[in-house]
Amino acid sequence: MAEKSQPSANYSTWPVILALSIVSAPLVLMYAYLFIDTITDTAAGSLIPDSFTLRHWRFLWETPAGKPNIWLVTLNTLIFATSVTTVIVLVSSMAGYVLSRLNVPGRGFFLAGVMVLHAFPSVTLIIAIFIVLQMIGLYNSLIGVILVKAAIDLPLGIWLMKGFYDTVPWEIEMAGVVDGASRFRVWRSLVLPQVRPGIMAVGLFSFLTAWSEFILPQVLAPGSKVQVLSVYLSALIADDNNFDFGTFKAVGVFYIIPVLIVYALFHKYLMNIYGGGSKG
Amino acid sequence: MRILLDNFSKSFGATKVIENMTFEVGHGEMLALLGPSGCGKSTTLFAICGIHRPTGGRILFGDRDVTDLPSQARNIGVVFQSYALYPHMTVAENIGFPLKVKGMATADIGKEVDRISGLVHIGNLLGRRPAELSGGQQQRVALARALVRKPDVLLLDEPLANLDAKLRLEMRSEIRRIQRETGITAILVTHDQVEAMSMCDRIAIMKEGEIVQIATPAEMYSDPRTAFVAGFLGNPPITFLRGVMANGAFVIPDSEIRVPLPASVSAPEGAKLMLGVRPEHFTPTGDISAPGNVTFAETQGRENLYDVQLNGGSLLRSIQPVRHDVNIGDAVTWAIDSKNALVFDDDGRRL
Repeated sequence: MAEKSQPSANYSTWPVILALSIVSAPLVLMYAYLFIDTITDTAAGSLIPDSFTLRHWRFLWETPAGKPNIWLVTLNTLIFATSVTTVIVLVSSMAGYVLSRLNVPGRGFFLAGVMVLHAFPSVTLIIAIFIVLQMIGLYNSLIGVILVKAAIDLPLGIWLMKGFYDTVPWEIEMAGVVDGASRFRVWRSLVLPQVRPGIMAVGLFSFLTAWSEFILPQVLAPGSKVQVLSVYLSALIADDNNFDFGTFKAVGVFYIIPVLIVYALFHKYLMNIYGGGSKG
Repeated sequence: MRILLDNFSKSFGATKVIENMTFEVGHGEMLALLGPSGCGKSTTLFAICGIHRPTGGRILFGDRDVTDLPSQARNIGVVFQSYALYPHMTVAENIGFPLKVKGMATADIGKEVDRISGLVHIGNLLGRRPAELSGGQQQRVALARALVRKPDVLLLDEPLANLDAKLRLEMRSEIRRIQRETGITAILVTHDQVEAMSMCDRIAIMKEGEIVQIATPAEMYSDPRTAFVAGFLGNPPITFLRGVMANGAFVIPDSEIRVPLPASVSAPEGAKLMLGVRPEHFTPTGDISAPGNVTFAETQGRENLYDVQLNGGSLLRSIQPVRHDVNIGDAVTWAIDSKNALVFDDDGRRL
């Protein structure tokens, strides 16, 4: 798959690489120090670490007083992100199809409405959502914040999926219908496989944004039983009494590892455009 | 199974595509719906397969009224122009899909798929995916999928349009052979008169949502009802001379050409007429000489094709066995075979 890139004959590449390296050096250095600082101790004012230590990673096996257990928090984050992803993938794969293909009443209105909702900054809704959740008893619960996050991200997912469905040729559906399949069967076993890259993309985006979501869990589910990693992390730095920069960085690294894993596993699905069978 | 369209009409919103069309396809017959693009032939096909609901009239398969039945309940096989194979399934899964939908047992599906893939000669490709097939092979898969559940009717929507010239010839006879072997009633939609003439028992030629003429290919070629039909059939196409009726003959004003017409042609003196002359009826052996200059010459290997500008400006086309003595610009005196010339009135109606 990965073709070896040939050096271009038109111009030499090393000045470009040099320029890009200089520009990105601060970022690379910062990431490097993010990791180095978690396993070393450095004397104040120095840049060179002087001793190796694992004490910044203590949070993994001991729970500090007044803080929730890290594994509970991780589990919460995982539940939160996967649930949001599931809801978004399920709903947008169906809603996108309906908006793309079916002649439902009010289709234009829905399309415009979804677009407006997508453009709406979610922060402006947060007080209203807070009140609603409290009234229906979902405040400080994972379900509540999952529903809110999924609802806010759904418009983008629906639009993306509609775009993918729009590229599926009508003939495939016609062929399915004359082959005797019901419309649902056509969607399920003929059309859905054609939009797999779309589902992968929407799922990946949903998971990553849910994983890094901060403001909604912070406001709607701050309790220690339902805390997610982003809230945990911010509580860590907000705690002036036990300020520990090393631990903060270690939690940060811990927090981004799953993101890196997910990306490493799934990014090829984004590139891999499914090969179509019909010519012309 | 016979297909009957009875006063079939279809409009999209305010646009009337087809109005009160009636025709019948006999059991085991293959009929071509032939016409230029936009004449409503595909609309008719989609109405027969149930994708478009007719706005008026009835559609009958045998004696069963299927007008209000959805596609799924009609038992039809359709081959689409793009083949519409399911890209994520293998050839065997593609062909077996209609049976799987029916709920047939896997073993029986396998048997049926083997039988039908033998018929269309793709038995060795069953494990491949559509993307790994050539155009002709995809076409065969589409045909097999359309035939596998033994439909009452086979509908072909420009099935050869995406094939190259050589494959087109091959698939033309293949489709006809398979249609004959299965004895299935078939409708072929095409804009290619050669396909229609070579593959079908009868041709229904359509123009602007109406059927102009239904006849066998030979009848339609020798006895077209209108100038449109005469112009659509035949390759190279027919050419028309414009003239008037004078003393029982077709005369081009300001020219010595005078073609006596049979008594059966009745037109008032001085009426404007069109004389259709097929290229094979304008040769050195005809009976009405028409001198002119060669303006275009093309060799097709076995035959040569010439355009001749007559004195007076009209153009006639001639097809003759290969000869090397005529070049562009030469003056020739070839002649029209008056017995085979077709006479039309000014509106294109045959006289």
